[in-house]
Formats: sequence, C-alpha cells, structure tokens
Amino acid sequence: MLLKGTLVTVELTILGLGLGFLIAVPVSFAQVYGGRVARLICSLYERTFRSIPLLVLLMLVFYGLPQIGIRFAPFVSCVLGLGIRSSAYQSQIFRGAILSVGKGQTLAALSIGMTPFESFRYIVFPQALRFSLAPWTNEFTIVLKDSSMAYALGVVELLRQGSYIISTTYEPMVIFLTCAAIYLLMTLSANKLMGYVEKKLQIPGFETKEVSH
Amino acid sequence: MIQVVLKIEDLKKNYGKAEILKGISLEVKKGETKVIIGPSGTGKSTLLACVNRLVEPDHGRVLLEGEEITSRNAHKMRQKIGYVFQDFNLFNHLTALDNVRIGLIKVQKLSKEEATQIALEQLSKVGLSEKASLYPSQLSGGQKQRVAIARALAMRPKLMLFDEPTSALDPELIGEVLSVMIDLARSGMTMLVVTHELGFARTVADEIIFMENGLIVEQGPPALIFSNPQKDRTRQFLRKLTELYGEERIK
Repeated sequence: MLLKGTLVTVELTILGLGLGFLIAVPVSFAQVYGGRVARLICSLYERTFRSIPLLVLLMLVFYGLPQIGIRFAPFVSCVLGLGIRSSAYQSQIFRGAILSVGKGQTLAALSIGMTPFESFRYIVFPQALRFSLAPWTNEFTIVLKDSSMAYALGVVELLRQGSYIISTTYEPMVIFLTCAAIYLLMTLSANKLMGYVEKKLQIPGFETKEVSH
Repeated sequence: MIQVVLKIEDLKKNYGKAEILKGISLEVKKGETKVIIGPSGTGKSTLLACVNRLVEPDHGRVLLEGEEITSRNAHKMRQKIGYVFQDFNLFNHLTALDNVRIGLIKVQKLSKEEATQIALEQLSKVGLSEKASLYPSQLSGGQKQRVAIARALAMRPKLMLFDEPTSALDPELIGEVLSVMIDLARSGMTMLVVTHELGFARTVADEIIFMENGLIVEQGPPALIFSNPQKDRTRQFLRKLTELYGEERIK
C-alpha cells in the first residue's frame, strides 16, 4: 500500500517539476534577454509565487478557483500548485546560470560570426546547463518533499497512504518512520543520480561541488 | 593599386552623455599592421568593438573591402574579421581543438574532418599542437591567448583586430603571444592592434596611431612617432609608458 502512495508521490514530483521547468525556461529567458515590460511581468510572477506558501497556493487552486468556475481534480490541483511554485524558483536557477556564463563568452561567439541564437545554443546554454545542475538538484528534492502537502487536498500519496494504514494498525511511530525512510531514500537516490549526471558533464577545471542534504 | 581592407569614416559613439568616440577616421591597407596607442579610457577598445559591431556606433561608417558593415550583415561580416580579446574569452566548456573548430563547423558548415584539419594546422602555427585536447582552465594565460588567436585565424579572416592582447598576461608570458603576432604581421596579415607594447609597435607597425579622448591626436610611421613626435601629448604619453614598462621588451 505504501508503495502505491510512493508512486503517486513520484508522479506528483515529476509532473510538478516538469511543469515548473516548462514555465521556468521562458520566464528566465524573458528575465535575461527580454525587454523592460517582459522583464517586469516575469519578475512580478516570480516574486509573487515565491512569496505564497505552498499550502495557501494549493488551497487557492483547489478551493478558490471553483468559485470563478475553474475546477480541477485534487491531483491536478497539486501538480499545478507544485509546478507554479517550482517554476518561480527554477526560473531563478536558470536566470542565475545564464548570467554566470560571462558576457565575454557571448562576445567571442559573436566575433567568430555566430548569430545570437547560435551563441546561445552552442556556447551559453551548454555552460548554463552545468551551472544549474547543483541548484536544480536541490529544487528537485524540495518538490519531492513538498509533494506531501497534497495530503491537505486528499490526494492519496505517500503520507496519506501512511495515515490510512495507521487508522487500522494504530502504529503511528512505525508507519511515519517508514514514510520518512522512503522520503530519505528517494532524496538520496535523486542526489546520487544528479551527482552522476553532474560528473558526466563536468568540464575539467570547472568542477562544482555537489550539494548535499 | 594597394587594396584598402578596412576603412573607418567619422565614427562616433556616446555612452549616455559621455562621448567615447568623437569622430575617428582611418584606413588599413592590405598587409599593413597599424597600432593604436593611448591612455586608457580614450575609446581604443570601443573603436575596435565598433568595427565589427560588437558595439553599435552612433554615427559613421565602417567598410571592409569596400562593403559597409551594418547591424544587419554584422554576423556575416564578423566571419571575415578575427577578434582577439584582452581576456581571451575562450569557450570554457570546449577543448582547445573544439574552440578553434567550432566556428568552422557551426558557422562555416565545414565537415568535421575538414574543420579538424584546419584547426590542428592553426594550433600548430601557434605552437600548441600538443595542447589540443586540453580545456581552457588547464592552459596558461599565454597559451589561452594563442588558442584564441588560432580560433580567429581558423576562420581565414581578411583582417585581425587585437584588443590589448597581452594586457591580462604575466610579464613572462607576453613574449610568446607577441612572437605569434609578429609572425602573423610578417606573413602579410592585415592587422589593427591596440596595445601598450611599444617594442611590438616598433618592430612590425607600419603606422602608429595615438588616440586620446576619443580623437586621433597624431599618426605616422613608428620611426617618426617614437623619435620625433609632433604633439606634446604624444611625447608625454610615450615618456610615461617608457617609465612604466622600460625601454623595450622585445627586439
């Protein structure tokens, strides 16, 4: 039973992260390369959703939106909430990563005749990707752990599945510890996996230290 | 008739209220090396950046072999202009070899084999064949700058621009970069060089251009500028440089 809950947790995490990624990439682009209006709108978006607690956001999506006629299933609401909040954080990861590739790299790419798009594609992006891996791993584990807030909307993920078991076995310590262990295991595996990716992509002399939790 | 490779006409550039270039005109003919000297903050680097439109000038024209460089054709024209930066700007995520051949592959669309061959040729010309597989962070400053020169040369440019190529280098590494540049000048490359290396200027320059406050103060053959400058400012500046750097560093 816990395994089924774990599966839902993994789904929430991956879909939330995925949605966050899809929104974050254009937002970060607009913040770095966009005009004044685009930058302003994106900054507003990013500030707003970094400031609202996830639980409040979930309540707004699930209970608030139906009032104006927009209704989502609990699972979808959670993916939306997790995704929107994560997009705000991920956009900052990507923005920082793009900016940490020095201006000189773009100038050099332009100087050998690359178009602005080619400079980004072949020179800036490959380096920004590497810069963003460590903070992105961090975001990965945050979304993984925060998916437990889906509990509040009645989504049967790991934590709720655990509490169902407790209602029949009356063993909260054992069951919640098991849940905690499963979260720990998933977080560690995620870190391990991303650490491996990071090593694979490492530029000699440009090593970044692995982030641990 | 000697062909004019680069022609700059009345170039002006402001940053806000600050006038950086106040109307610069000059010409570089095929095979010539012209050296621009002058105090820092006088627009020398801005002038080079305006030539290949890394900085958009406010006024004036730049022509490469008679064809005007505009913001629209800039990325095509830049292929014909090699640019060497003060702080190298090698692509950090690529090996020396990839740094040199990426432009050939992605911009000139050559096959990988062809690009590799040209890149290795250029690396050997700057004496770095053995470093082809190393990343920029594994190279010394002088080696990085030589790779950067090879990267620019690989595109077979009509003109090379050097923006203080040795200013970021330790003194003992300057010689190796200058000797590559001297060979290049002697091989008939057309070059416009911003530098404080008076020894280099004396050795290969066909003309010295002294710039200050966004204007050309004086220009002429090195023998004349060095031994008998016409303007007081030129004399003062040269005296200062000599005090700072010593008489000459290279023959």
